[in-house]
Amino acid sequence: MRRFLRPGHDPLRERLKRDLFQFNKTVEHGFPHQPSALGYSPFLRLMAIGTRSGAIKLYGAPGVEFMGLHEENNTVMQIHFIPDQCQLVTLLDDNSLHLWSLKQHSGASELREEHRFTLKGPPGSPPSATQITAVLPHSSREVLYLGTESGNIFVVELPSFRVLEDRTITSDAVLQRVPEDYCNRRSCELVEALREHPKNPDQILIGYSRGLIVLWDLQNNKVTHHFLGNQQLENLYWQRDGSKFVSCHYDGSYTQWPVSSDNRQPEPLETLVPYGPFPCKAISKIYWQTTKNGLPYIIFQGGMPRASYGDRHSISVVHGSQQTAFDFTSRVIDFFIIFSSEPTAESDDPSAMVVLAEEELVVIDLKTAGWPAVHPPYLASLHCSAITCSHHVSNIPLKLWERIISAGSKQNVHYSNMPWPIDGGTNIAPDPPQRDLLLTGHEDGTVRFWDASGVCLRLLYKLSTVRVFLTDADPNDNMNTLGEDEWPPLRKVGTFDPYSDDPRLGIQKIYLCKYSGYLAVAGTAGQVLVMELNDEDAEHVVDHAEADLLQDQEGYRWKGHEKLKTRDGPVRFEAGFQPFVLVQCQPPAVVTSLALHSEWKLVAFGTSHGFGLFDHQQKRLVFVKCTLHPSDQLALEGPLSRVKSLKKSLRQSFRRIRRSRVSSRKRRGGSGNASEVQEANAKFDQDTLQEMELAPVQRKIEARSAEDSFTGFVRTLYFADTFLRDSSRHCPSLWAGTNGGTVYAFCLRVPPAERRMDEPVRAEQAKEIQLMHRAPVVGILVLDGRSTPLPEPLEVAHDLSKSPDMQGSHQLLVVSEEQLKVFTLPKVSSKLKLKLTALEGCRVRKVTVANFGSCKTDDYSENDLAVLTNLGDIQIISLPFLKLQIRYPCIRKEDVSGIASCVFTKYGQGFYLISPSEFERFSLSTKWLVEPRCIVDMPEVTSNNHVHNKSGMENAVRKS
Amino acid sequence: QFGAEFRRFSLDRYKPGKFEDFYKLILHIHHIANLEVMIGYADVHGDLLPINNDDNFFKAVSSAHPLLRVFIQRQDEVDYSNFGTNTLSRKKKALVTLRNDNLRRRPHINISMPHDFRPVSSIIDVDILPETHRRVRLYRHGCEKPLGFYIRDGTSVRVTPHGLEKVPGIFISRMVPGGLAESTGLLAVNDEVLEVNGIEVAGKTLDQVTDMMIANSHNLIITVKPANQRNNIIRSSRMSGSSGQSTDSTASHHSLPTSHVLQNFHPDEMESDEEADIVIEGGLEPQHIPKLHSLTSNSLSRINGSSLSHRLQRDLVLNNNSGRESNGNIHKLLSSLKTDPRHSLVIPRGGIEEDGTVITL
Repeated sequence: MRRFLRPGHDPLRERLKRDLFQFNKTVEHGFPHQPSALGYSPFLRLMAIGTRSGAIKLYGAPGVEFMGLHEENNTVMQIHFIPDQCQLVTLLDDNSLHLWSLKQHSGASELREEHRFTLKGPPGSPPSATQITAVLPHSSREVLYLGTESGNIFVVELPSFRVLEDRTITSDAVLQRVPEDYCNRRSCELVEALREHPKNPDQILIGYSRGLIVLWDLQNNKVTHHFLGNQQLENLYWQRDGSKFVSCHYDGSYTQWPVSSDNRQPEPLETLVPYGPFPCKAISKIYWQTTKNGLPYIIFQGGMPRASYGDRHSISVVHGSQQTAFDFTSRVIDFFIIFSSEPTAESDDPSAMVVLAEEELVVIDLKTAGWPAVHPPYLASLHCSAITCSHHVSNIPLKLWERIISAGSKQNVHYSNMPWPIDGGTNIAPDPPQRDLLLTGHEDGTVRFWDASGVCLRLLYKLSTVRVFLTDADPNDNMNTLGEDEWPPLRKVGTFDPYSDDPRLGIQKIYLCKYSGYLAVAGTAGQVLVMELNDEDAEHVVDHAEADLLQDQEGYRWKGHEKLKTRDGPVRFEAGFQPFVLVQCQPPAVVTSLALHSEWKLVAFGTSHGFGLFDHQQKRLVFVKCTLHPSDQLALEGPLSRVKSLKKSLRQSFRRIRRSRVSSRKRRGGSGNASEVQEANAKFDQDTLQEMELAPVQRKIEARSAEDSFTGFVRTLYFADTFLRDSSRHCPSLWAGTNGGTVYAFCLRVPPAERRMDEPVRAEQAKEIQLMHRAPVVGILVLDGRSTPLPEPLEVAHDLSKSPDMQGSHQLLVVSEEQLKVFTLPKVSSKLKLKLTALEGCRVRKVTVANFGSCKTDDYSENDLAVLTNLGDIQIISLPFLKLQIRYPCIRKEDVSGIASCVFTKYGQGFYLISPSEFERFSLSTKWLVEPRCIVDMPEVTSNNHVHNKSGMENAVRKS
Repeated sequence: QFGAEFRRFSLDRYKPGKFEDFYKLILHIHHIANLEVMIGYADVHGDLLPINNDDNFFKAVSSAHPLLRVFIQRQDEVDYSNFGTNTLSRKKKALVTLRNDNLRRRPHINISMPHDFRPVSSIIDVDILPETHRRVRLYRHGCEKPLGFYIRDGTSVRVTPHGLEKVPGIFISRMVPGGLAESTGLLAVNDEVLEVNGIEVAGKTLDQVTDMMIANSHNLIITVKPANQRNNIIRSSRMSGSSGQSTDSTASHHSLPTSHVLQNFHPDEMESDEEADIVIEGGLEPQHIPKLHSLTSNSLSRINGSSLSHRLQRDLVLNNNSGRESNGNIHKLLSSLKTDPRHSLVIPRGGIEEDGTVITL
């Protein structure tokens, strides 16, 4: 009968649900996956980034963000802001043009696509006739000049995208007065660059790929100057006063050309190959920036000597005798220079260089000596080492927050103090309601602390656990130590470094107690570190213990990786979280669950073999429990490492693919032998993949049994002060749930504070519950007498939570992948359940208790379960009656890594990875919603301020 | 001793509860708690049919109009040769007969009572399903055999108002030799899976269906459209099922009955004994985790039994002089029962009556 009584027929409850729950994807944090184009408007002071998936993202002052998506999902090739407008034009790889504009709507600006357009040639003409290669938005804001592969330049009207055929600049017209011998040698080929004259809007500079450059008069429709270049052209740049321009070339050279009325066909002033004399790579983009003191800044991309440094992704800055070749960690997509756009100013006076590399954004301060990098407030490269886990902590106390920031600021001394130079728009979102931390664990053994309170995900502090261990990597092997007179003067910039020295260092589980500042971190090789926040540098010995989880299981040999070697003697730690206890599980399998109780000073950890409890006050192992089924040979031998290694090798081959895209050459340092092995591996991986595809897709239908593999895998650990033995006395307890549907409950005796160091902590197994359906246990929770989840440790002590009700009877909620089940305590008899899998065919992947407040009244809030299933749905389930409240599709079910990465907050928000480098933030709550809300106003344009010397900026043409 | 006593009492028509409880109730009413008996009933055609499990008990109750005539016979006196039909019309004496698919075909083999066997599988809901479909229940309960089959994606042809249409479907792809599925003979490779425990699989992925089957593996009921349609049960008359609830089978030829709830199976009822979790108290290391009924569930059912008889006695006293039960009354009782979370209660409060009238057959 119960099944006919669907929840939801109660209109009062329905109304309340509308006040409590609502689903929104609010903002994407991190660095866009596969960026493909960059644009900048000095007028709006906004930057635009396009991606290969057709997304376009605009960034200004911190908090000012807009996002748009082209329906076609095609790669964005070029982005051009329309001068002095809140508009931009994008060119996609399907040759379509799109006009976007920022419009104000109900108090905030929104990015909308206004028009789309595809240039069509006369019938029968080849596609190349209209294939757009260069775009010039004219400063008149009325027309776009579109250079094509055929060499013709089409003119379209804005915003209608109407082709003005009579104004087309054909290659024939251009070639009319070119000297015969030059003309014979080369045809016009494709239009490589279009540049408007900085002082005279009626003149545009046209550069063709074979080297011919002409100055075209728009009024008279004719060529006024010919510049007969003899090298394949890459790009053009006008100098500020319009008396000269620079062209850069495929052979790594750049050339200065004079523009004067007396010589219509001038010779170049100067041609330079900056990294010659040996053959060099192309210089694909160049800036010539004037300064007050007369020494120009010459900034160019590429040009490295082909043989020795051809694989570098460099941008060189030359200023007088100073010269640095910034060496980026990944391919440079594009870059721009921020300089004075004051029309009255005599010189450019560049202040910053903004470089979009494939994996990160780097900003260089050109004003400060030494050209330091600027710490970006957004677009953080989350994936500078692959993210292996994440942990969210809501509502951080101010004290802890400040201490973390202070620890982080000591790490950031090498950054420039320059205020963030891209500062357009105004953030009008309300201040974040609380301070939230997102902690990400990485493959290289680091934990990064992110300010996740608002729209900008900002790195606060980075913790490394590597110092505790002896690793193969020699700390002296520093690639950056280049001598003074090294040529070219390369300098590594950026933080992206996906190559982990030792995969065992990877972080798998994180638990931070926000009240005490205790942090527990566990990793791939069974290492568990307990840390404490220290505001000063310190040198101390890390207490070290080993937990033999196999105990009396004899005759098995672990075939996985070895445990990490520890450093003997004291270790120097910088200010911040400093480890004081290290527990290493034996066998050193990956830690699969972790719990910390900061009040009892206990840390519990579990692997595929069992779990243990460590007293980090007395630094003593309290007990270990082996959960392994004796027949589970696979888990004993460490097949996880086998599974993992396949995963790893797959990941490696993907990386290889990525790397080979980044550069065709091998990274320096990789020996030939290793690369051969890698190639063989890649081939093997490919073969296995193909085999997997050929096998018929069928699924075995079999009930789970105790003999299944990995039943002992500890999935969840939970501390609770509850009625475990009898209903009159409560005691501390530790709960553990396994992959085989077993729940173990241990009764703990923690000595009172005054005798805490004198008496040992004792533990005794009180219960063992075997769920009949044997599905993996993913969550354990105790509800107090009021059916409220028990508070976190120290939460009550800090007056942030009501004391739990210890009078009424407690209930135990066990969440398995298949069902949610409430039991009475202490008797553990089943009270009610929700069979998710049997009814819907979905399985629980993540579950958290979340507090939902009503958007209508401040005095109502309730606790519910937020559940993410393997289908990517999010379900909200009421407590304690386990009634489904609402369901939202959130993640594609094929997106396994997205589902695996999902983390919920305590107030009904969440994050999941949409790419290795981006978190999508979502909200289930009507009350807690963090989303960008900002205004971009048109800056004042005075009548005499209408100048054209910025136009060079807007035409930032992307070179591929 | 038997045959001389007649009792009349009422049951909740739509939620009769479990056979086991009913059995106890019968024994209690007749004060024959120490005897092994067979319970049978007369269906609409006058056939004498047995009541010996939850399913046929439910069928018996739901097909009773308005009275369910129940016959009780000492087990060792059951005349096994009296299978089949019209026993009642031929004999005035109450006898118990059996009827199931195997026995109907080969009626002269002497087969002991089902509870002497472990049930392995059964075809259920024959009367409400289209003839082309088969609903098979696999009892893995207490069985060491693996379920032993595989499923795959495939395409199925459906008749729709727009003509034939190809739709994705889930099919049995492989049977494990010696597995439960194969040993029943009721499932075969290339049978299309339509439902899992009453939930349609249409629109669900292979992985979802796999998960659903595994989640229900203790008591898996799958509705299939057999690839081989020749072995289907042919009903003599379409409109006359053994119960009065036969659906319009012309309409349901190509689609399942609109109600997705299994007629003879209520998932909630199964749970207390199907899925009792095992709780081990104290720190003793269990050498072997028992796989079957836990102590808790047994003791619970004991508790239920005793409280039931207690209440029964009280109700007998209270309702001694009340009149006959009407249908409306049953519904009222039914609604008062909804809140009971266990659903294993057989007799609603106040639902037991004995008016002392002697019923003659």
